[in-house]
Amino acid sequence: MDHFTKRFRYVLKRLLQAIPIVLAIIVVNFFLLQLAEGDAVDVLAGEAGSATPEYMAELRAKFGLDKPLPVQLFLYLKNVASFDLGYSFRHEMPVLDLVLDRFFATLLLMVSTILLAVGFGILLGLVAATGLNTWRDSAISIFALITYATPLFWVGLMLIVVFALNLRWFPTSGMENIAAFHEGWDRVVDIAHHLVLPTITLSLFYLALYTRLMRASMLEQSGQDYVTTARAKGLTERRIVFVHVLRNALLPVVTMAGVQVGALIGGSVIVESVFAWPGLGMLAFEALFARDLNLLLGIFLLSALLVVAVNLVVDIIYSVLDPRIEVS
Amino acid sequence: MASFWKLYRRNYSAVLGLVILALVIVVAFAAPLMYPDDPFRLAGKSMSPPGEAGFLLGSDSLGRDVAAGIAHGAKTSLLIGLLATLVAVVAGVFMGALAGYYGGWVDDLLMRTTEMFQTIPSFIFAILLVAIMKPSIESIVIAIAVVSWPAVARLVRGEFLSLKNREFVQAGHTLGMSDARIILAEILPNCLSPIIVIGSLMVATAILIESGLAFLGLGDPNIMSWGFQIGAGRTLLRSAWWVCTFPGIAILITVLAINLVGEGLNDALNPRLRERS
Repeated sequence: MDHFTKRFRYVLKRLLQAIPIVLAIIVVNFFLLQLAEGDAVDVLAGEAGSATPEYMAELRAKFGLDKPLPVQLFLYLKNVASFDLGYSFRHEMPVLDLVLDRFFATLLLMVSTILLAVGFGILLGLVAATGLNTWRDSAISIFALITYATPLFWVGLMLIVVFALNLRWFPTSGMENIAAFHEGWDRVVDIAHHLVLPTITLSLFYLALYTRLMRASMLEQSGQDYVTTARAKGLTERRIVFVHVLRNALLPVVTMAGVQVGALIGGSVIVESVFAWPGLGMLAFEALFARDLNLLLGIFLLSALLVVAVNLVVDIIYSVLDPRIEVS
Repeated sequence: MASFWKLYRRNYSAVLGLVILALVIVVAFAAPLMYPDDPFRLAGKSMSPPGEAGFLLGSDSLGRDVAAGIAHGAKTSLLIGLLATLVAVVAGVFMGALAGYYGGWVDDLLMRTTEMFQTIPSFIFAILLVAIMKPSIESIVIAIAVVSWPAVARLVRGEFLSLKNREFVQAGHTLGMSDARIILAEILPNCLSPIIVIGSLMVATAILIESGLAFLGLGDPNIMSWGFQIGAGRTLLRSAWWVCTFPGIAILITVLAINLVGEGLNDALNPRLRERS
């Protein structure tokens, strides 16, 4: 079997492995919906003010809510398969439309966070590993320890106090200055300006994580045989670190960036609600306040599916980057 | 025990962590004595800056004493952190031990379940669980435990896999011991150290999750907590920075201390694991 077919089979196998997890997540979602007090019809009746029991029974029949549980589960699976995530009675819109509407803002925040955290994490890890047990290494370790222990929402609030309220360098909240009617390039600059504080807040924790990982990865690689060989060849330390060790040490760090997406989504709920960033996290916060369970479950389901998808993509990229990964 | 302390003492930051943690515990126990009144109660002039009107750390918009809230919140944080970790460790050990000991389809089933729980974005899952069960100490503890047990299960499974074919376990089989006895009395005591370490670090994570939930308004409405204080004070950032700042420092110090203790335990209990963390 040639190389390409093997690779293709591996991708196919990983895709098939993801299916049961996706199904299980949807089933968990369904049972969470069942666990909640009252169903969609109760909510609808509550919104309308008054509803006769006959009308409610009729509605239940229409939505299939009078059917036995397994049938309801089947209907739910069918709905999700056709991208129907239910209806938000607060916003009077399908959940999917609401979620897609806010998706871009969250994506923007997450991508900039990952870039910042991975970039600086690699840099700091490199600095710590090359200056092992010097003051630089200790300072970076202490920074990582403190960031691990700091609640994200508090960092966000403190940044607002210092940089937005006192120094007035950055806006306190939102994604853009809507009243200014910026267009084109001005709008991009305006959004970037609003993006700074939320990105720093969300990236701090992951920055610490990637720094530690990069440091450990560099140290592990520098003990390998090829480093001894390079040293025996008479290469300078600088060349060994930057050309040989660095390249090999990067791989696990980049992989971790993908694995952390689930945690990143959780963090974005906090950060978006602190900075009123109009993304999925803010939508989740609003749904929480409005007791809009359908919407909350829709966001939950979509973010879980996103994590599965990202993990899948990272696995495949990893197998391409590192030919040693067993593909059989 | 004496040798354990000797090993632990070598790590200065771990000793510092232990001292800070002890202080937080003292504050938690002394809160009813230092501030006998309900921390939700109006205690004086509202929005007083720290040090004024008899408020050590100032007061919030309703005239509640920030310092009293922090003292009472210490108990909430520690209690929820400990309880949630306890539930998660028991559940994780149960799942991990079964998966590692029996292998085969049991292992497959339990590990797929663990994987699924690890895939789900944990903080949103916790939010959902608390929102559905209505905020209370019990629901918060359950939610944190549900999102925390998979890490323990994976760790315990790994330990069981490496221990189950050792001589002392085979001797147990030969002597006709029941599976339950081998699991509980033979293998489990041998993997206690990593469980203690992961458990101590989980208390810190649990406190952070609890504060995040309380910040979003999902705390037990009858109990003072640090996250609640920060959430209630965020609208006052412009005029009363102290309401948000001090409870946040309390979280930071407590979580940092527990992390330091966890790392100290790791170094003292499993010197060979040091590189892993």
